[in-house]
Amino acid sequence: MNKKYILGIYDDEDILLDAIEKIRAAGTKIYDVFSPYPVHGIDDVLGIKRSRLPIAAFIFGLCGMSFALWMMIWMMGFDWPMIIGGKPHISLPSFIPVTFELTVLFSAFGMVWTFFIVERMIPTFRVNVFDKRSTDDKFVMAIEVKEGVTDMKALNNLLRSSGAIEVNEKEVVK
Amino acid sequence: MQHTSPIREPLITGGKTYHDITEDVCRQVEAGPNPRWAAAFGVALIGLAIFFYSVYRTLWFGIGEWGLNKTVGWAWDITNFVWWVGIGHAGTLISAVLLLFRQKWRSSINRAAEAMTIFAVICAAMFPVLHMGRPWLAYWVLPLPNTFGSLWVNFNSPLLWDVFAISTYFSVSLVFWYIGLVPDFATIRDRATGPIARRAYSFLSLGWTGSAKSWSRYETVSLILAGVATPLVLSVHTIVSMDFATSVIPGWHTTIFPPYFVAGAIFSGFAMVLTLMLITRVVFKLEDYITVGHVESMNKIIMTTGSIVGIAYTTEFFIAWYSGVTYEQYEFINRATGPYWWAYWTMMTCNVVTPQLFWFRKIRRSLVLTFIISIFVNIGMWFERFVIIVISLHRDYLPSSWAMFYPTWIDVGIYVGTFGLFFTLFFLFVKFFPVINMAEVKAILKSSSGVTQHGHHPHANVVHGAATDLNTNTKHSNE
Repeated sequence: MNKKYILGIYDDEDILLDAIEKIRAAGTKIYDVFSPYPVHGIDDVLGIKRSRLPIAAFIFGLCGMSFALWMMIWMMGFDWPMIIGGKPHISLPSFIPVTFELTVLFSAFGMVWTFFIVERMIPTFRVNVFDKRSTDDKFVMAIEVKEGVTDMKALNNLLRSSGAIEVNEKEVVK
Repeated sequence: MQHTSPIREPLITGGKTYHDITEDVCRQVEAGPNPRWAAAFGVALIGLAIFFYSVYRTLWFGIGEWGLNKTVGWAWDITNFVWWVGIGHAGTLISAVLLLFRQKWRSSINRAAEAMTIFAVICAAMFPVLHMGRPWLAYWVLPLPNTFGSLWVNFNSPLLWDVFAISTYFSVSLVFWYIGLVPDFATIRDRATGPIARRAYSFLSLGWTGSAKSWSRYETVSLILAGVATPLVLSVHTIVSMDFATSVIPGWHTTIFPPYFVAGAIFSGFAMVLTLMLITRVVFKLEDYITVGHVESMNKIIMTTGSIVGIAYTTEFFIAWYSGVTYEQYEFINRATGPYWWAYWTMMTCNVVTPQLFWFRKIRRSLVLTFIISIFVNIGMWFERFVIIVISLHRDYLPSSWAMFYPTWIDVGIYVGTFGLFFTLFFLFVKFFPVINMAEVKAILKSSSGVTQHGHHPHANVVHGAATDLNTNTKHSNE
């Protein structure tokens, strides 16, 4: 089934932020907002919760640290112990650099892969943007239209009075 | 909302709009090759050919092709390795450390500086791999099961720490750089007219749309990556310095090395960023984004780190005397007055004297002088590594093994060749990738361009002028 959206196009981040507050206060549900750069403060007005990705990064970091320590202790201390410079087989101080590097490696890669998965970011030839200007210089607010339920005229007026420079309709083939 | 004091120098000049930024940055990507770019790329390809030929000679005949001898077992190769890695550090410093410190001027230069990091690390990695003599066994540095023929690697060795540090540094920098590129690839994708360009940038942009939730996550990822990249970049040159510091060679066995190497790395890296950006901004007409203010900020960092390096040289000399170790004392006297005195004094002049010129505002803000000084710093930092490595080695404990190091033309060829490699990659980058982070520059435009966008107070429009706006906006409804 095709889905229909009404798009409010804005050209200024502050007008956009005020518009989001106004439209949400009027009881209209905003589907999404697209912007060419991260607009600060948009999370609060849209009610987006803080990302839990830092927790993922921390857990992956812990995994990297445990893996590094386990690997070195097992290899140097149990699997093939060798005396190097008369030092103990398991000499933790000289394991610190590799432990640190693997902690960083696992935490960075783990978090980025998590980010790609939750954002469904994969190399693709399909482009699904509502308005191509949203990666250039415009801020696009998309509101889902429910046939027969949404009062198009009122919504149009609401968007315009909130500062939209253009109001367009867009159908998306599902 | 962001606020910037009106007395601050604007970071973006020329009264740019969001669309102007897109146009100015995408122009290089979309237009055909600039003739000056093509000429420079041709020169870089010649350098790359020199690199391949020298590497071929090294691999076919072995490292006997180099000027190494029994006494000086590390020379230009490790000098070049440390030099290139050091250069890379500025990119991470700009993208990570300055992000954590909320330095907005980083936005215009972080993309190119990060690219420089990645290419410099690629160049650096060539040297230890080639020095192995049998690079096809390079995978033996990884902890592989004993059935592969080697025992487990020695985790007590700083050279092994280096393997982990450099490879982690390279891969994390690459990811950090790519994450930053994704929104800009999306911009190019949405502007692309040709099917090949549209498909290529669509593929690279990973379906990015720029929705509010995506940006929120994106910013979190950037911040955390900056948070982990900051200690990472410090760890890399620390570990590089431990290659020397944990040995017992006089001149290497010093505890000052980690901070001294890190400061030196940032010092040389910023000099290289300046060398490259001063040319790029002119060739690609990006003077409004990389302003004199940016150059001045970088010069201040060069001056600071240059002074740290100067203090480190003095401290080293003092401690050599204070330690009472004859070998250590001789080593330092030999640096300043021995057969390599010219290398030592080149280093001292370029690294200690020239950055002090930046105390003068006129010099900090002069593009010509900055360019000249940045070259001096690059030369000085190469000599610093040469002084540390070759001078410490060439006079052994026994005078009977004293020797000099004379580079062969293969040594020179590989070094010159890495410039070819570096610039080939760099020129490809500036042609096909957005050389300035458009999304970040747009994000600071409103607060840092010195002009209010649209020439009116942002809130006035909505609060007081809603009715008038409705009228003016009807004009656009047919668009």
